[in-house]
Amino acid sequence: MIRDITIGQYYRADSVIHRLDPRVKIVGTLLYIISLFAFRGFAGYAAAVVFFGVIVFLSKVPLSYILRGLKPVFFVLIFTSVLNLFWTPGESFFTWGVIDLTWEGLYKTIFIALRLIFLVLGSSLMTFTTTPNQLTDALEKLLGPLRHLRVPVHELSMMMSIALRFIPILVDETDKIMKAQAARGADFESGSIMQRLKSMVPILIPLFVSAVRRADDLALAMDARCYHGGAGRTKMHPLRYRGQDFVAYIVCICYSLLIFVV
Amino acid sequence: MSIVLKNVSYTYGKSGSDCGQALKDISLEIHKGEFLAIVGHTGSGKSTLIQLFNGLERATQGEVYFQGENIYSKGFSMKRLRSKVGLVFQYPEHQLFEATVIKDVEFGPRNMGQEPLQVELNSFQALKDVGISEELLDVSVLALSGGQKRRVAIAGVLAMQPEFLVLDEPMAGLDPAGRREIFSLLKKLHEERGITIVFVSHSMEDVAEYADRVVVMNQGQIVLDGKPRRIFHYEKELQQIGLGVPQAAQLVHRLAERGAGIEQDCLTADESAAAILRWLEK
Repeated sequence: MIRDITIGQYYRADSVIHRLDPRVKIVGTLLYIISLFAFRGFAGYAAAVVFFGVIVFLSKVPLSYILRGLKPVFFVLIFTSVLNLFWTPGESFFTWGVIDLTWEGLYKTIFIALRLIFLVLGSSLMTFTTTPNQLTDALEKLLGPLRHLRVPVHELSMMMSIALRFIPILVDETDKIMKAQAARGADFESGSIMQRLKSMVPILIPLFVSAVRRADDLALAMDARCYHGGAGRTKMHPLRYRGQDFVAYIVCICYSLLIFVV
Repeated sequence: MSIVLKNVSYTYGKSGSDCGQALKDISLEIHKGEFLAIVGHTGSGKSTLIQLFNGLERATQGEVYFQGENIYSKGFSMKRLRSKVGLVFQYPEHQLFEATVIKDVEFGPRNMGQEPLQVELNSFQALKDVGISEELLDVSVLALSGGQKRRVAIAGVLAMQPEFLVLDEPMAGLDPAGRREIFSLLKKLHEERGITIVFVSHSMEDVAEYADRVVVMNQGQIVLDGKPRRIFHYEKELQQIGLGVPQAAQLVHRLAERGAGIEQDCLTADESAAAILRWLEK
């Protein structure tokens, strides 16, 4: 019943972008997002669009798939566009009653909308080409120096990867619980909001009980394998930079320089 | 009075790599009063099949009829169907949620809109039927043992007074004593209450011991359907799809292969033992 929910939107493909070290992708995405806010003028935008286009092409993720990522921000996009379009003072080019459109407003609308769109597209491209586990690995590595400031980097990333690991399991379990209760006549779809909230109880309680039990089992299993935190722990697949990663870094830096100079 | 599946297919997923066909063109009639076993290897589609019986899953093709009525037709009450065809899932943990045993069992009949007094009466009776003693009525569902949980889960469905009781792997994870208890319970319900029992299993021993009809599934299709005695003649075919015949029957088959003049029509361990004894005395 709730299988349709997709969490983590990794798109399986074999491309240069997929093979890149996740650290490169995180740093690259950050640079890209900063660049979106750094420039003014059409030349900068053109560069940002071309850069994005080339990466999409290299990533082999279908464009339609990437554009779907815009759905959740659609309303924010419309809202800010309307605000900017109607409430920016300047030289007007169209007046009708209280509606007063200005060139400045139009310009600002287009730019802010583009910024927002590419912000979302850029970061979703990262999640399309990087598995959640790679992302947590990379974050652990990148935030590693914070250890010296007593930030529990390893523990945080372990918690994140465990949480991610359990999402599909819990989704599956929710599905089974919903069916078991539906078989006993539970109705999740009709009734007032209060009734519907109440009808969630028979789902949530078995789900919580099972989540707690699973957590307990996992803790025991980790304990049995002598897990004692991050100190001295090695990885089965340690992150190692290869030639292509350095190339990617250089490309990102060149792009940033280009943007900041323009 | 029966459940009829007509040319039913079920495809999961929408498109792309994660889509697959769980059931292919299945036609099946379950008569009232049967004690039916559905057997098959993991992934053969048996769990999907039983969820069609009470409309939890909707067939992508074909029709399902309950007592002659098409359950997909407009205005058909799924709620009524679910009270008539009770479905018990494999893990009782997925359905037990109330603070006490009796309250949890009352969940089903209350959803069905039974009168409060009737709800209490039916729940009480159902718990009695599954052999949960009165001291346990006000105990937390989380404090029960595995076997007790399973019996409470069955009671939760029984309290809706179903005519068909469908169980997904009712013996999984139970010790031999627990299995026997569940099965004698099912047998009692079948004989005394006249409830039609359908259960999913992959233990041929259980099937031989209790079922009076066996449906064998493989890769989303029904490959064999008939009395256990007949089904177990197809030992090679069963082995090919990852199943087998009960070990005792297997022994008798092997002896016969080696030239022993032994009756091969054995199902259970007891029957096989008797057959071997008769052969030895000859």
